[in-house]
Amino acid sequence: MKTFYIWLAQWLLLILLAPLITWWMRKIKAAFENRVGPNPFQVYCDLLKLFRKEMVISKTSSWIFHAAPYVLFGAILFATTLIPVIGSGSLLGFVGDAILFVYLLGLGRFFMSLAALDTGTTFGGMGASREMSLSSLAEPALLLSFFALGYRAHNLSLQGIMSQFALESPIQVLFFTSFAFGALLIITFVETGRIPVDNPATHLELTMIHEAMALEYSGRYLALLEWGHQIKQIIFLALLANLFFPWGLEPSPNLFGIAGSFLFFMLKIFFLALVIGWIEAHTAKLRLFRVPDLLAIAFVLAALSLLGQLIIGR
Amino acid sequence: MKSLFLIQIFFYLLGGACAFFSSRNEAIRNAATLVSAILAGGVGVVYSLLVLWTGRAFSLEFHGFSLFGNLQFTVDPLSGFFIFSISLLSVATSIFAIGYTRSHPGKYKMRLSGFFYHLFILAMILVVSSQNAFYFLIFWEVMSLGSYVLVILEHENPQALRAGILYLIMTHIGTALILAGFLLLFIHSGSFSFEAFRLHQATLPPGLKNAIFFMALAGFGTKAGLIPFHIWLPEAHPAAPSHVSALMSGVMIKTAIYGLLRFFFNFLGEIPAWWGPVVLAVAMISTLLGILYALMEHDLKRLLAFSSIENIGIILLGVGMALLFASMQQWPLAIFSLTAALYHTLNHAAFKGLLFLSAGSVLYETHTPDMESLGGLIKKMPFTAFCFLVGAVAISALPPLNGFVSEWMTFIALLAGCEGPAAIRFFSPILASLLGLAGALAATCFVKAFGIVFLGSPRSACVEEAGEVPLSMKSGMAVMAMACFALALGAPWIVQILGTLSASLVGKKLETDMFTQTLFLQSPSGLSQISPTLIAIALGSLILGAFIGTRFIFGKAFVKQGPSWDCGLPSLVSRMQYTATGFSKPLRRIFSFLYQPARRVELEDEGHEMLRTAERFESKITHIFDDFIYKPISKMIADVSEKAKRIQTGHIQLYLSYIFITLILLLLFGIRR
Repeated sequence: MKTFYIWLAQWLLLILLAPLITWWMRKIKAAFENRVGPNPFQVYCDLLKLFRKEMVISKTSSWIFHAAPYVLFGAILFATTLIPVIGSGSLLGFVGDAILFVYLLGLGRFFMSLAALDTGTTFGGMGASREMSLSSLAEPALLLSFFALGYRAHNLSLQGIMSQFALESPIQVLFFTSFAFGALLIITFVETGRIPVDNPATHLELTMIHEAMALEYSGRYLALLEWGHQIKQIIFLALLANLFFPWGLEPSPNLFGIAGSFLFFMLKIFFLALVIGWIEAHTAKLRLFRVPDLLAIAFVLAALSLLGQLIIGR
Repeated sequence: MKSLFLIQIFFYLLGGACAFFSSRNEAIRNAATLVSAILAGGVGVVYSLLVLWTGRAFSLEFHGFSLFGNLQFTVDPLSGFFIFSISLLSVATSIFAIGYTRSHPGKYKMRLSGFFYHLFILAMILVVSSQNAFYFLIFWEVMSLGSYVLVILEHENPQALRAGILYLIMTHIGTALILAGFLLLFIHSGSFSFEAFRLHQATLPPGLKNAIFFMALAGFGTKAGLIPFHIWLPEAHPAAPSHVSALMSGVMIKTAIYGLLRFFFNFLGEIPAWWGPVVLAVAMISTLLGILYALMEHDLKRLLAFSSIENIGIILLGVGMALLFASMQQWPLAIFSLTAALYHTLNHAAFKGLLFLSAGSVLYETHTPDMESLGGLIKKMPFTAFCFLVGAVAISALPPLNGFVSEWMTFIALLAGCEGPAAIRFFSPILASLLGLAGALAATCFVKAFGIVFLGSPRSACVEEAGEVPLSMKSGMAVMAMACFALALGAPWIVQILGTLSASLVGKKLETDMFTQTLFLQSPSGLSQISPTLIAIALGSLILGAFIGTRFIFGKAFVKQGPSWDCGLPSLVSRMQYTATGFSKPLRRIFSFLYQPARRVELEDEGHEMLRTAERFESKITHIFDDFIYKPISKMIADVSEKAKRIQTGHIQLYLSYIFITLILLLLFGIRR
């Protein structure tokens, strides 16, 4: 029963702390650009404001437009329950594996793209078309890196992989999975819509992907989309942190140990966010038709990770 | 159960006869015909379920004309499974057809189409239950010709006629190969009965075995629409009336899967190690190219036809892994892979049937399958839109619907190859990730199909007159939509039944709880487990929770209606929306090495380039198999025929001398022997 509460708590914390990571990444970018950046509460205030604001809904749209934010948010909440944060279990980790995780994100994307087409604008179509095309290419790389890790762990569920890696010595884990780490890092940029793939801060039609899809949204629905996006970001950071640096996952059973373990986890993802922010601040955005090359690199990296294990042994 | 089988046949014959002989009143005749088809389907569902549930086969034998052996039918679990798919889908299509055929009494030539519709379904049932190669081929031919007539119903349309001829040629090439395969088996076993093939399978010499393997693969592959034998499929399926397209894509091409399974696991004895990889390679090509071509289509029914090629590929990925594991004697994994293939067969029948029926409803109301002139139909036909959406989510393998479950099983089957011999150890996870690519591309394809057809604003006037379809058509779609949900939620039970069936096919016994554990599906190697039922419940409650939660915390949302943002232009017009062609542009560019896209822009102006009077834009892609394989072959045949014309002068004396020369040559040949 106690572990259940831990799992519930870690799920809620991931959801609630997602905006904080967004703040942190904005702050890092601001620091690199010699700006001050927002204060930590800004992102939360934005969300709260959006939740209360009036919505303007296009006359062209149908019920799909109303359903999509909830489906996306629900699917991402579900994906979040599959990720172990502290301890080696997660709330619903037993109902599905990494494949389910990938397809849940796919479900959210599917409805989001439909909603973008629903308003009958050019921007919506543009965003949906680009998002679906690029993520079709990202999905095999994401799956293959999970397969590479799953092969090593003899298990394809995210909690199974993490608890297996937590038992091994750090060097062993890193040696075999470093390629997969590279692949997953690239996928993180694609899935969370960051430079060099997409720019979350722009509304310029030539470069928009995710923002183009959300363009017609306002008020509560926009808040759900934004928050969902932030949760997706923290999920991917959590994956990177816990799959490749799976230490400190098993807390001692008292409250102090759990809190310590959680703080250590936060430290890991703040560090990873720093790395991603640094990369983002120091690269230029790729041309749209250069992104497939980047994804091909991710695919090859994931394949190499698997090939290495198959040749040398796990 | 024997009597139920006979009752089903009787109903189909009755329905066929009704179409020809009963009342002159079109409506009554139509109803009588289709009601008997519905009853026949219902009976089929009942007894095939009984066979599947109890695992007991029954046979019927007719003596009489026995040159080629007795006419014998056996419904074992494998046949029962296919009869179940055929009957279930035919119930839905027949309900749908009541409304669909009523609106255009002249167009669908009810006497003709009603008769051949029944004959077609009956032939499919008899194909999968027949126990004698000779009769199998007769029913196979009846099935092909019956569907051929349905394809060319609109024979005033030259395109339909062309599709029909292509279909006729390709299907007969396939049949010829199957016939050759059966003849080789006959030579070996000395009988046409399947029982004899089974008895003599252990003594088949390897050379003969491999020859039969390739003949079966190519012959049945042609019927299944496997690339590179697929060229007829995207032409013929869309040309038929939509309820027939649903049957053709949903179950007719699956009879080829039935044939392959019979050959591979019943007739050919021990399986060599390299068969599996051959099937996997062909299957992967079909999976990827099928969906890539589907993406480029903007004819709704052609798009669905191409996606059938993809799904046949996915089914054969399961079959290929089953062959591989069977050759390695790893029976639990072989049974698991086979179960995945069968499950996907059933799922594809459900969602592709649903999609074709929904596409038929769109066609019925708007009279055009061209996506570029549709749009905004969700407001005019909300029920059809919902059904299409269910089908689209299912076919994109997204949770919580049935496509996800069988695709997950195929993933696991492929990944189990990691533990196999070195040659495939690396390829199987790559194949699995390519299956992921196909799944993601399918999602893109169906976002496009649903988004362009049903969402946005209408692109032409034909949408304005559309309304919701009549009740019978809605019910037909509803049956299949519910099947999609049921096939997902009941996954553990279905896997248990199909697992037992697969085990009996490879001649083993399935231990209970090997693949299923209460609500969970698990891989035999212990790699992973999922629970489709719990996934559906969790997803549903989280989405609902998100809705109720926000509503509870922040109260009812203030909503204001307004126009879509128009960038300050005077107004948005529907032509400013993304088109189907535009939507797939990024992928057309990324995969340009495959598509070889060509575009042509023509501008006309009045002396100055700013004063344009007309613009014409043309964009097309190359279908490499049509252009680089089939066109050269057909051109070569045409050339040879052209040359052969020279010896055909029309003089009777010359022809007599030809006969004379032939006779002498034959005599010489005879003497030498």
